[in-house]
Amino acid sequence: MKSIIEDLNKAFENKVRLGVMSILVVNEFKDFNSLKELLQVTDGNLSSHIKSLEKLEYVDVEKKFVDRKPRTEYRVTKQGRLAFKKHIAAIEKLLK
Amino acid sequence: MENAKEKYIEDLKVIRSMMDRSGRFISLSGMAGVIAGCIALLTSYLAYDLVYEGRDYFSYRQFSATSTEILLLLILGSSAILSALGAGYWLTTRKAKRNGQSVWGSESKQFMASFFPALITGGLLVLILLVKGFLGLIAPLCLLFYGLALVNASKYTLKETRGLGVIEIILGLLGIYFIGYGLAFWALGFGLAHIGYGIYMHLKYDA
Repeated sequence: MKSIIEDLNKAFENKVRLGVMSILVVNEFKDFNSLKELLQVTDGNLSSHIKSLEKLEYVDVEKKFVDRKPRTEYRVTKQGRLAFKKHIAAIEKLLK
Repeated sequence: MENAKEKYIEDLKVIRSMMDRSGRFISLSGMAGVIAGCIALLTSYLAYDLVYEGRDYFSYRQFSATSTEILLLLILGSSAILSALGAGYWLTTRKAKRNGQSVWGSESKQFMASFFPALITGGLLVLILLVKGFLGLIAPLCLLFYGLALVNASKYTLKETRGLGVIEIILGLLGIYFIGYGLAFWALGFGLAHIGYGIYMHLKYDA
Protein backbone atom coordinates (compact mmCIF):
# COMPACT_ATOMS: atom_id res chain seq x y z
CA MET A 1 0.00 0.00 0.00
CA LYS A 2 2.75 2.39 0.96
CA SER A 3 4.52 2.19 -2.39
CA ILE A 4 1.29 2.95 -4.23
CA ILE A 5 0.82 6.15 -2.27
CA GLU A 6 4.41 7.11 -3.00
CA ASP A 7 3.78 6.65 -6.72
CA LEU A 8 0.76 8.95 -6.64
CA ASN A 9 2.02 12.31 -7.76
CA LYS A 10 1.00 15.39 -5.77
CA ALA A 11 1.45 17.52 -8.86
CA PHE A 12 -1.51 15.78 -10.47
CA GLU A 13 -3.91 16.02 -7.54
CA ASN A 14 -5.39 19.19 -8.96
CA LYS A 15 -8.06 18.78 -11.68
CA VAL A 16 -6.67 21.52 -13.95
CA ARG A 17 -3.12 20.13 -13.88
CA LEU A 18 -4.50 16.62 -14.40
CA GLY A 19 -6.49 17.90 -17.39
CA VAL A 20 -3.52 19.72 -18.92
CA MET A 21 -1.37 16.58 -18.69
CA SER A 22 -4.12 14.33 -20.12
CA ILE A 23 -4.48 16.63 -23.11
CA LEU A 24 -0.76 17.04 -23.74
CA VAL A 25 0.13 13.32 -23.60
CA VAL A 26 -2.20 12.57 -26.54
CA ASN A 27 -1.52 15.69 -28.62
CA GLU A 28 1.76 16.79 -30.14
CA PHE A 29 1.18 20.27 -28.72
CA LYS A 30 -1.65 22.60 -27.70
CA ASP A 31 -1.79 26.36 -27.50
CA PHE A 32 -2.99 28.31 -24.50
CA ASN A 33 -6.42 29.12 -25.89
CA SER A 34 -7.23 25.53 -26.88
CA LEU A 35 -6.30 24.37 -23.38
CA LYS A 36 -8.45 27.11 -21.90
CA GLU A 37 -11.44 26.13 -24.06
CA LEU A 38 -11.12 22.43 -23.32
CA LEU A 39 -10.72 22.85 -19.58
CA GLN A 40 -13.18 25.76 -19.23
CA VAL A 41 -10.97 27.72 -16.83
CA THR A 42 -9.89 31.34 -16.57
CA ASP A 43 -6.59 32.69 -17.95
CA GLY A 44 -5.11 33.28 -14.51
CA ASN A 45 -6.09 29.90 -13.16
CA LEU A 46 -4.69 28.04 -16.17
CA SER A 47 -1.42 29.95 -16.35
CA SER A 48 -0.65 29.45 -12.67
CA HIS A 49 -1.18 25.70 -12.98
CA ILE A 50 0.88 25.50 -16.15
CA LYS A 51 3.66 27.42 -14.43
CA SER A 52 3.86 24.87 -11.67
CA LEU A 53 4.03 22.05 -14.24
CA GLU A 54 6.76 24.01 -16.02
CA LYS A 55 8.73 24.33 -12.80
CA LEU A 56 8.64 20.57 -12.37
CA GLU A 57 9.87 20.29 -15.98
CA TYR A 58 6.82 18.26 -16.94
CA VAL A 59 5.79 20.77 -19.62
CA ASP A 60 7.79 22.67 -22.24
CA VAL A 61 6.75 26.11 -23.38
CA GLU A 62 7.42 27.59 -26.78
CA LYS A 63 6.51 31.15 -27.69
CA LYS A 64 5.93 31.71 -31.37
CA PHE A 65 4.58 34.30 -33.73
CA VAL A 66 1.95 33.05 -36.14
CA ASP A 67 0.75 35.75 -38.58
CA ARG A 68 2.43 38.30 -36.32
CA LYS A 69 0.25 37.23 -33.41
CA PRO A 70 1.95 35.74 -30.38
CA ARG A 71 1.07 32.16 -29.65
CA THR A 72 2.22 30.00 -26.78
CA GLU A 73 2.50 26.29 -27.40
CA TYR A 74 2.82 23.63 -24.75
CA ARG A 75 4.35 20.20 -25.05
CA VAL A 76 4.79 17.43 -22.52
CA THR A 77 8.40 16.53 -21.68
CA LYS A 78 9.81 13.01 -21.42
CA GLN A 79 9.89 13.36 -17.65
CA GLY A 80 6.32 14.61 -17.62
CA ARG A 81 5.07 11.69 -19.69
CA LEU A 82 6.85 9.22 -17.42
CA ALA A 83 5.52 10.83 -14.23
CA PHE A 84 1.99 10.90 -15.63
CA LYS A 85 2.15 7.23 -16.64
CA LYS A 86 3.33 6.29 -13.15
CA HIS A 87 0.52 8.33 -11.63
CA ILE A 88 -2.14 6.57 -13.71
CA ALA A 89 -0.64 3.16 -12.96
CA ALA A 90 -0.75 3.97 -9.24
CA ILE A 91 -4.41 5.03 -9.46
CA GLU A 92 -5.28 1.81 -11.26
CA LYS A 93 -3.49 -0.26 -8.65
CA LEU A 94 -5.24 1.60 -5.86
CA LEU A 95 -8.65 1.00 -7.40
CA LYS A 96 -8.12 -2.75 -7.85
CA MET B 1 -9.96 5.33 1.93
CA GLU B 2 -13.37 5.12 0.21
CA ASN B 3 -13.39 8.88 -0.32
CA ALA B 4 -9.94 8.71 -1.86
CA LYS B 5 -11.11 5.95 -4.17
CA GLU B 6 -14.04 8.02 -5.34
CA LYS B 7 -11.76 10.96 -6.03
CA TYR B 8 -9.47 8.83 -8.16
CA ILE B 9 -12.37 7.29 -10.07
CA GLU B 10 -13.43 10.86 -10.79
CA ASP B 11 -9.84 11.68 -11.84
CA LEU B 12 -9.73 8.78 -14.29
CA LYS B 13 -12.95 10.10 -15.84
CA VAL B 14 -11.35 13.52 -16.28
CA ILE B 15 -8.28 11.95 -17.89
CA ARG B 16 -10.34 9.87 -20.28
CA SER B 17 -12.66 12.66 -21.32
CA MET B 18 -9.80 15.14 -21.86
CA MET B 19 -7.77 12.65 -23.89
CA ASP B 20 -10.81 11.93 -26.03
CA ARG B 21 -12.18 15.45 -26.46
CA SER B 22 -8.86 17.20 -27.00
CA GLY B 23 -8.13 15.43 -30.28
CA ARG B 24 -11.59 15.70 -31.79
CA PHE B 25 -13.72 18.37 -33.34
CA ILE B 26 -16.94 17.75 -31.41
CA SER B 27 -19.10 20.56 -32.74
CA LEU B 28 -20.40 18.92 -35.90
CA SER B 29 -24.12 19.55 -35.91
CA GLY B 30 -26.66 16.75 -36.25
CA MET B 31 -29.25 19.13 -37.69
CA ALA B 32 -26.78 19.94 -40.50
CA GLY B 33 -26.90 16.26 -41.47
CA VAL B 34 -30.71 16.34 -41.62
CA ILE B 35 -30.69 19.46 -43.80
CA ALA B 36 -27.99 18.01 -46.09
CA GLY B 37 -30.12 14.88 -46.41
CA CYS B 38 -33.22 16.85 -47.39
CA ILE B 39 -31.23 18.83 -49.95
CA ALA B 40 -29.89 15.55 -51.36
CA LEU B 41 -33.37 14.04 -51.70
CA LEU B 42 -34.63 17.13 -53.49
CA THR B 43 -31.55 17.15 -55.73
CA SER B 44 -31.90 13.50 -56.69
CA TYR B 45 -35.56 14.09 -57.52
CA LEU B 46 -34.64 17.02 -59.77
CA ALA B 47 -31.78 15.08 -61.35
CA TYR B 48 -34.09 12.14 -62.01
CA ASP B 49 -36.56 14.47 -63.66
CA LEU B 50 -33.79 15.93 -65.75
CA VAL B 51 -32.10 12.70 -66.72
CA TYR B 52 -34.96 10.29 -67.28
CA GLU B 53 -37.86 11.38 -69.39
CA GLY B 54 -40.09 8.39 -68.74
CA ARG B 55 -41.54 8.12 -65.23
CA ASP B 56 -40.74 4.50 -64.62
CA TYR B 57 -39.07 5.06 -61.23
CA PHE B 58 -36.26 2.89 -59.93
CA SER B 59 -35.91 0.71 -62.97
CA TYR B 60 -32.89 0.46 -65.21
CA ARG B 61 -32.52 3.21 -67.77
CA GLN B 62 -29.79 3.91 -70.25
CA PHE B 63 -28.97 7.55 -70.48
CA SER B 64 -26.83 9.64 -72.74
CA ALA B 65 -26.78 13.34 -72.17
CA THR B 66 -26.58 16.38 -74.36
CA SER B 67 -24.14 19.10 -73.35
CA THR B 68 -26.97 21.31 -72.05
CA GLU B 69 -28.10 18.49 -69.79
CA ILE B 70 -24.55 17.98 -68.54
CA LEU B 71 -24.33 21.68 -67.76
CA LEU B 72 -27.65 21.57 -65.92
CA LEU B 73 -26.50 18.53 -63.92
CA LEU B 74 -23.30 20.35 -63.06
CA ILE B 75 -25.20 23.40 -61.83
CA LEU B 76 -27.64 21.22 -59.89
CA GLY B 77 -24.85 19.22 -58.27
CA SER B 78 -22.70 22.18 -57.29
CA SER B 79 -25.62 24.18 -55.88
CA ALA B 80 -26.60 21.13 -53.79
CA ILE B 81 -23.06 20.77 -52.43
CA LEU B 82 -22.72 24.50 -51.73
CA SER B 83 -26.06 24.81 -49.95
CA ALA B 84 -25.41 21.66 -47.87
CA LEU B 85 -21.92 22.86 -46.92
CA GLY B 86 -23.27 26.36 -46.19
CA ALA B 87 -25.99 25.04 -43.88
CA GLY B 88 -23.45 22.73 -42.25
CA TYR B 89 -21.00 25.55 -41.67
CA TRP B 90 -23.63 27.85 -40.21
CA LEU B 91 -25.07 25.26 -37.79
CA THR B 92 -21.63 23.99 -36.81
CA THR B 93 -20.41 27.52 -36.01
CA ARG B 94 -23.43 27.98 -33.75
CA LYS B 95 -22.78 24.70 -31.96
CA ALA B 96 -19.05 25.41 -31.65
CA LYS B 97 -19.86 28.68 -29.94
CA ARG B 98 -22.05 26.85 -27.43
CA ASN B 99 -19.31 24.25 -26.84
CA GLY B 100 -16.68 26.93 -26.39
CA GLN B 101 -14.73 25.37 -29.24
CA SER B 102 -13.44 27.49 -32.09
CA VAL B 103 -14.44 26.56 -35.66
CA TRP B 104 -10.90 27.26 -36.83
CA GLY B 105 -9.04 25.61 -33.94
CA SER B 106 -6.42 22.91 -34.31
CA GLU B 107 -9.09 20.19 -33.92
CA SER B 108 -11.17 21.42 -36.83
CA LYS B 109 -8.06 21.91 -38.96
CA GLN B 110 -7.03 18.30 -38.32
CA PHE B 111 -10.56 17.22 -39.16
CA MET B 112 -10.63 19.15 -42.42
CA ALA B 113 -7.13 18.08 -43.39
CA SER B 114 -8.21 14.44 -43.14
CA PHE B 115 -11.67 14.98 -44.66
CA PHE B 116 -11.06 17.08 -47.77
CA PRO B 117 -8.24 15.25 -49.66
CA ALA B 118 -10.43 12.23 -50.48
CA LEU B 119 -13.47 14.43 -51.07
CA ILE B 120 -11.70 16.80 -53.48
CA THR B 121 -10.08 13.88 -55.32
CA GLY B 122 -13.52 12.35 -55.75
CA GLY B 123 -14.98 15.67 -56.86
CA LEU B 124 -12.33 16.14 -59.54
CA LEU B 125 -12.68 12.55 -60.72
CA VAL B 126 -16.44 13.02 -61.05
CA LEU B 127 -15.90 16.22 -63.03
CA ILE B 128 -13.57 14.41 -65.43
CA LEU B 129 -16.09 11.57 -65.86
CA LEU B 130 -18.84 14.11 -66.46
CA VAL B 131 -16.82 15.85 -69.17
CA LYS B 132 -15.90 12.52 -70.77
CA GLY B 133 -19.50 11.33 -70.65
CA PHE B 134 -19.14 8.36 -68.25
CA LEU B 135 -22.29 9.30 -66.41
CA GLY B 136 -23.25 5.96 -64.89
CA LEU B 137 -20.29 5.87 -62.54
CA ILE B 138 -20.75 9.36 -61.14
CA ALA B 139 -23.38 8.77 -58.46
CA PRO B 140 -21.74 5.68 -56.92
CA LEU B 141 -18.27 7.27 -57.00
CA CYS B 142 -19.62 10.31 -55.12
CA LEU B 143 -20.79 7.91 -52.40
CA LEU B 144 -17.53 5.97 -52.37
CA PHE B 145 -15.21 8.96 -52.02
CA TYR B 146 -17.48 10.71 -49.51
CA GLY B 147 -17.52 7.52 -47.44
CA LEU B 148 -13.73 7.21 -47.55
CA ALA B 149 -13.37 10.87 -46.54
CA LEU B 150 -15.71 10.32 -43.57
CA VAL B 151 -13.99 7.15 -42.37
CA ASN B 152 -10.63 8.87 -42.62
CA ALA B 153 -11.77 11.99 -40.74
CA SER B 154 -13.81 10.17 -38.09
CA LYS B 155 -10.85 9.90 -35.73
CA TYR B 156 -10.84 13.68 -35.46
CA THR B 157 -14.55 14.20 -34.86
CA LEU B 158 -17.63 12.53 -33.35
CA LYS B 159 -16.92 8.82 -33.64
CA GLU B 160 -20.34 7.98 -35.14
CA THR B 161 -19.22 9.53 -38.44
CA ARG B 162 -17.20 6.36 -39.03
CA GLY B 163 -20.38 4.27 -39.21
CA LEU B 164 -21.95 6.73 -41.63
CA GLY B 165 -18.80 6.55 -43.77
CA VAL B 166 -18.93 2.75 -43.90
CA ILE B 167 -22.59 2.87 -44.98
CA GLU B 168 -21.73 5.32 -47.78
CA ILE B 169 -18.88 3.07 -48.99
CA ILE B 170 -21.14 0.00 -49.06
CA LEU B 171 -23.85 1.91 -50.94
CA GLY B 172 -21.22 3.21 -53.36
CA LEU B 173 -19.96 -0.29 -54.13
CA LEU B 174 -23.51 -1.60 -54.54
CA GLY B 175 -24.21 1.33 -56.85
CA ILE B 176 -21.28 0.33 -59.05
CA TYR B 177 -22.34 -3.34 -59.05
CA PHE B 178 -25.95 -2.51 -59.89
CA ILE B 179 -24.92 0.08 -62.40
CA GLY B 180 -27.87 2.00 -63.80
CA TYR B 181 -29.49 2.43 -60.38
CA GLY B 182 -26.84 4.92 -59.26
CA LEU B 183 -29.26 7.71 -58.52
CA ALA B 184 -31.39 5.51 -56.26
CA PHE B 185 -28.30 4.57 -54.19
CA TRP B 186 -27.24 8.20 -54.21
CA ALA B 187 -30.61 9.22 -52.76
CA LEU B 188 -30.31 6.48 -50.12
CA GLY B 189 -26.75 7.44 -49.12
CA PHE B 190 -26.80 11.20 -49.25
CA GLY B 191 -30.49 11.57 -48.45
CA LEU B 192 -31.83 8.92 -46.09
CA ALA B 193 -28.53 7.97 -44.38
CA HIS B 194 -27.80 11.64 -43.63
CA ILE B 195 -31.27 12.26 -42.25
CA GLY B 196 -31.13 9.11 -40.10
CA TYR B 197 -27.67 9.83 -38.76
CA GLY B 198 -28.45 13.52 -38.32
CA ILE B 199 -31.48 12.80 -36.16
CA TYR B 200 -29.53 10.23 -34.12
CA MET B 201 -26.63 12.65 -33.50
CA HIS B 202 -28.99 15.51 -32.76
CA LEU B 203 -30.80 13.47 -30.10
CA LYS B 204 -27.54 12.18 -28.65
CA TYR B 205 -25.49 15.39 -28.52
CA ASP B 206 -27.64 18.45 -29.13
CA ALA B 207 -31.04 17.86 -27.58
